[in-house]
Amino acid sequence: MKIKFEKKSTKPSKVSIFLSSLISILIALVFLGFIILSLGDDPFEAYWQLVSWAMGTVPGLIQSLVSMMPLLFTSLGVLIAFKMKLWNIGAEGQFQMGAFAATWGALYLFPNIHNPWVMIPLLMILGAAFGAFWGFLPGIMRAYLGVNEILSTLMLNYVAIYWVNYLTYGPWKGPGSYNFPITAKFPQSAILPQYGSGGLNFGIIISIIMAFFVLYLVKYTKFGFHLEIAGDNLRAGEYAGVNVKKLIILAMVIGGAISGIGGMAEMSGVLFRLQPNFSPGYGYTAVIIAWLARLDPIATIVVSFFFGVLLVGSQQLQLFMQIPSSLINAFNGILLFSLLASEVFMRYRIKVVRS
Amino acid sequence: MNDIVISTFAGAIRAGTPLLFATLGEILAERSGVLNLGLEGMMLMGAFTGFSISYITGNLWLAVLAAILVGGLMASLHAFMSITLRINQVVSGLALVFLGQGLSGFWGNAYVGMQANSFQNLKIPLLGDIPYIGPIVFNRDILVYIGYISVPVIWWFLYKTTAGMNLRAVGEAPDAADARGINVILTRYLYTIIGGFFSGLAGAYISLAYTPMWVQNMTAGRGWIAVALVIFAIWDPVIALIGAYAFGGISVLQFSFQILQVPIPVNIMNMFPYIFTVFVMLFASSNRIKKLFGAPSALGVPYSREEKT
Repeated sequence: MKIKFEKKSTKPSKVSIFLSSLISILIALVFLGFIILSLGDDPFEAYWQLVSWAMGTVPGLIQSLVSMMPLLFTSLGVLIAFKMKLWNIGAEGQFQMGAFAATWGALYLFPNIHNPWVMIPLLMILGAAFGAFWGFLPGIMRAYLGVNEILSTLMLNYVAIYWVNYLTYGPWKGPGSYNFPITAKFPQSAILPQYGSGGLNFGIIISIIMAFFVLYLVKYTKFGFHLEIAGDNLRAGEYAGVNVKKLIILAMVIGGAISGIGGMAEMSGVLFRLQPNFSPGYGYTAVIIAWLARLDPIATIVVSFFFGVLLVGSQQLQLFMQIPSSLINAFNGILLFSLLASEVFMRYRIKVVRS
Repeated sequence: MNDIVISTFAGAIRAGTPLLFATLGEILAERSGVLNLGLEGMMLMGAFTGFSISYITGNLWLAVLAAILVGGLMASLHAFMSITLRINQVVSGLALVFLGQGLSGFWGNAYVGMQANSFQNLKIPLLGDIPYIGPIVFNRDILVYIGYISVPVIWWFLYKTTAGMNLRAVGEAPDAADARGINVILTRYLYTIIGGFFSGLAGAYISLAYTPMWVQNMTAGRGWIAVALVIFAIWDPVIALIGAYAFGGISVLQFSFQILQVPIPVNIMNMFPYIFTVFVMLFASSNRIKKLFGAPSALGVPYSREEKT
């Protein structure tokens, strides 16, 4: 017996892509149920806890939107590089560097700026610059020395995380933090407009605007066109006159800047203080979000919200059923596998041949 | 001072051992043409499985065996995805990392703060009495010794046996290997899974010998460092040994620095292995070096008899 793959002549339609994504999510949810069952918990109660509060109540929905924001920024950040099949796994580090830069600005660089109209843009530029720098390093190493960007971005993630740890445990430990590794609170001028007390803030709006900006970038600019060509075939891109080296660096820098702004927005919009482990791995989840959204910036908004719901829901699981929230990581892994497999079934006709 | 020298070098070997196992396994997988980036996930599952089995049964060897099998099981998932379904090996490897992180964190939650049996040092008679070298090299736990032995065994296997030659052929020129009657698909499955065995063992070393406990994400990026080490080692087991222990040395430097009261904060020193990895990649990855020594030509390319890409 042999398994044969025949390439389908037509490209999969939008409907079949959507359906296959939906099926992949369902498959992952079924596996999730079995994993929950393995600890002796009721999977149906868990499913209910996962969505009921996060989607069924106003505070839950607001929380989900708040969780969506960093996910959306980082997903958009990795999406640009993914377009040209550049595996930027560094959104986590770029996000953390953005948060670091915003904290630096808010607490140490601009103590005399009391006007939020000046402060907020400054912090945003600072966050973008440091995020971009954290993308530039792996970008230039990949472009000119052929250093594998997966490894370099991952290594830089760890460096960024330890950098934040160093600052918050050491020189930046805030007054009145009772020896906890946490900085002082941002001044009022460095805080993004808040709506109500549930955490709704202007950063969410920025993240959605950013999605449309990225849409414009990849669909309607020469840069986006070049990404597309290089993504299809790097060599063809070179023949078509694309400066691939420049493109690699640009994709990493722009992506890094977007993730960096995400880190800034998380600080100025949600947390107001830098502390270790302030990100539950947003930048890693972003990889899956971008993939599930098939690198479409608008679909990324929807998928990010879905993962925001999952994140909030998993906190509910931990709170009410004592189910460890790392469950979501397992879900992410299974989802990625089923997405990949569904890709195969969409593009190939699979035949079992008896020989 | 002598104590510090000895403890630093001994620490380098201990910290290098999980890197060595994972790197050796990945060398075998990549030599067959399969790129498995999921080492971090397989190691975490190995670490969790080893620790939990040791906790439940108290039997260390059973624990190690279980960890090895779990590593292989995870690798077989990657093998199926990348060899049979021929999907992108990079993304499949990433998925494996998420899966391993998630499952080990989820199931391991119950074991945080527990204590289990762990491997103790086993001094080798005579050799262990050699000044300096004895206490550094020959007064370690048995898994370290297995690490020493694995290197020449794998080297001999790769370069001196028919099976090893076939393995290299499959990674270099699968078409030609196929024409000579070597089963490309089977070979790739086999060595991807064996690679997983090694990662599982690497994980078990961390939770049963290096830091005998279970903590979520306790491999702390070592799986990724091992992926980098494979490139550094230009797919050679002997260079892998040097690289693994060198990296081990860098990651234990902080303990020696603390004793010597070198004024570098711990969190800054924690960055060293990762920064060093980037620097190593800078040199090892340059296309010139790659061309000179050669990665397996068919690395990451799925094989199919009908369809040539």
